[in-house]
Amino acid sequence: MILLAAIVAGFFVSPVGFGGKVRPWKLGLDLIGGAHLTYNVDLSQVPDADRNLVVNGLRDVIERRVNNFGVAEPQVYSAQAQGQTQLVVELAGVKDIGAAIAQIGETPFLEFKEVQGEGTSTQYLPTDLNGRFIKSAQVSFANSGVGGPQVSIVFNDEGAKKFEELTARNINKPLAIFLDGQLIEAPTVQEKITGGSAVITGRFSLNEARTLAERFNAGALPAPITLVNQQTISPALGADSLHKAIVAGLAGTLIVMIFMIFYYGWFGAVASAALLIYIIFSLAIFKLVPVTMTLAGVAGFILTIGMAVDANILIFERIKEEKQRGLTKTSSVEEGFRRAWNSIRDSNTSTIITALILYYFTSSFVRGFALTLLLGVLVSLFSAITTTRLFLQVTEKIENNA
Amino acid sequence: MLNVTGKKYIYLTIAAILVGSSLAAITTWGFKPGIDFTGGTMWQISIPGSPSADIVAQTVSSIKGFEDAKVTAQDNGASYMIRFKETDENGHNTLKAELASKFPGFQELSYQSIGPSVSAELKKNSYTAIVLVLLGISLYIAFAFRQVSRPVSSWTYGFITLVSLFHDVAVPAGLLSVLGHLKGVEIDTNFIVALLVVMGFSVHDTIVVFDRIRENLILDRGRHTFAETINRSVTQTLARSINTSLTLVFVLVALYFAGPASLKYFMLTLLVGTITGIYSSVFVASPLLHLAEGSKKSPVKK
Repeated sequence: MILLAAIVAGFFVSPVGFGGKVRPWKLGLDLIGGAHLTYNVDLSQVPDADRNLVVNGLRDVIERRVNNFGVAEPQVYSAQAQGQTQLVVELAGVKDIGAAIAQIGETPFLEFKEVQGEGTSTQYLPTDLNGRFIKSAQVSFANSGVGGPQVSIVFNDEGAKKFEELTARNINKPLAIFLDGQLIEAPTVQEKITGGSAVITGRFSLNEARTLAERFNAGALPAPITLVNQQTISPALGADSLHKAIVAGLAGTLIVMIFMIFYYGWFGAVASAALLIYIIFSLAIFKLVPVTMTLAGVAGFILTIGMAVDANILIFERIKEEKQRGLTKTSSVEEGFRRAWNSIRDSNTSTIITALILYYFTSSFVRGFALTLLLGVLVSLFSAITTTRLFLQVTEKIENNA
Repeated sequence: MLNVTGKKYIYLTIAAILVGSSLAAITTWGFKPGIDFTGGTMWQISIPGSPSADIVAQTVSSIKGFEDAKVTAQDNGASYMIRFKETDENGHNTLKAELASKFPGFQELSYQSIGPSVSAELKKNSYTAIVLVLLGISLYIAFAFRQVSRPVSSWTYGFITLVSLFHDVAVPAGLLSVLGHLKGVEIDTNFIVALLVVMGFSVHDTIVVFDRIRENLILDRGRHTFAETINRSVTQTLARSINTSLTLVFVLVALYFAGPASLKYFMLTLLVGTITGIYSSVFVASPLLHLAEGSKKSPVKK
């Protein structure tokens, strides 16, 4: 059973052929190359109540920009650090990092355009009304909550005047709203709007209304962003790191196996087989979760290869002792497994504690290390005990029958 | 049978010298904090033809704003590590353009710039993690030894485990301090992580030995002296104490020599910590246990 599962898992983890097609490895950007950018968001000009809206709006804008770079899976997320709101942008495999940074840093540009014609002949005529004239945007509800969600925009004095002229010219016509050159909304003007506050109604869901309000706010950009942390790694260096780590991992595994066989003989060979199965199973689990494999993560996993046989060593030493006490081979194996369990559990607990704390209190790169270390220790507990025991039982049966 | 209790003063003196000189190194020279903790920029580049680090340094420091840049060649000029204070994307672009014009074929391998707010955060997180790991491990030790109370109290086992943990962390930390002084090796968050992981491993080994002492004490029911029980337990568990760490040492050695350069000192810290861990679990923890018993032994028992 385990052997069969291991073979299937083996195909699954292999980067080429079957495994690569079904579910390719998720590699961290320190291995495939890419950029990890952290921006501080200056929210000092934003009222407390609007902060989430503004940050989400910014994130949305940046996400749309990085999507234009053909990045496989760009990650943009907000984070809190020392009371400071940050936006983290992860671009894996992006070629021109400099250009990406330049674009992300640009102020999102929201503009209103007049619409002429219909269908394929639609033309958008630029106006002088843009995001700079928007004071704020909010989600509200029509008829004090009875109607559906709507988006209300407040213009500043100058904007109010421009908006008034624009709406006067376009009654019963749509007015297009562009963000970074992309059309995001084209509400129809129903009347001339004076006073600088407008409401866009429509069949919005609450989420759609919220997204629209966020985009207006981003266009108003009351929250400048500054790049405070940048880490870029060239694909060549990433590939080199991965290659070296794999070579080191293979060398380490080989040395451990040779040592085990040299020191424990047949038992050591069994432990080596269990170690290989452990490696395959863990890799399969990393892939299934999926764990993004960073360089630190790979290193953490390689460390667990050195630790995975620990449980076997504890068991084998116990078996030796039980034999010395005069037990038969079968019962000393049984006793060895039973009595070594306490030590195995105890000695792994401290590593589990460390890995858990590291996972929760560190940044992404260390996180990968902590995660693979933790998963590795847990899987190795299983493999050392179950797999090795099974192997020993099976071989014993063969011996007895012979 | 090993006689760790008989020669305990020799073993403990060696440990004391190791820890003492490590602490001396740390207090005199301190550590060279990396950009993780100070903020700044680390830039790794490659230049065909491998000019000397001095030539690269001259070029970089002639650019306005980067006068304080430090350049070290890595792997015989295969790449250069350049460190300077934090800069914005414009500074980065200026540098790239200047170097590309001076050295055709110049390539950027990696670029890491950390602002002061981020480094403050990393520092704070490191402290939090250290405190929590120490707390977690102490609680765990207290839990593991809750049942043994003869002939030394259970908190003595716990305390000694912590002492040997300190030993295992102090030595690699001291080494990095020396390396920082001699070769300018910097410590980063990886260093902190390595120390925390060493703590976890260190407790492993000590627990295996103490577990055995605990078991033998129950089996013996006072037929042997405490010293004999300790020595017998250490001898019985010697192979597994060494072997469990040794397999890890093999892997670490492989990673140190064949692994990626960026993890070199991370692996070295782990390696030294693991090796001192082997020493401490055999030659520090058990002798200390005997010492603790000796100090409170009543004359009636003799």
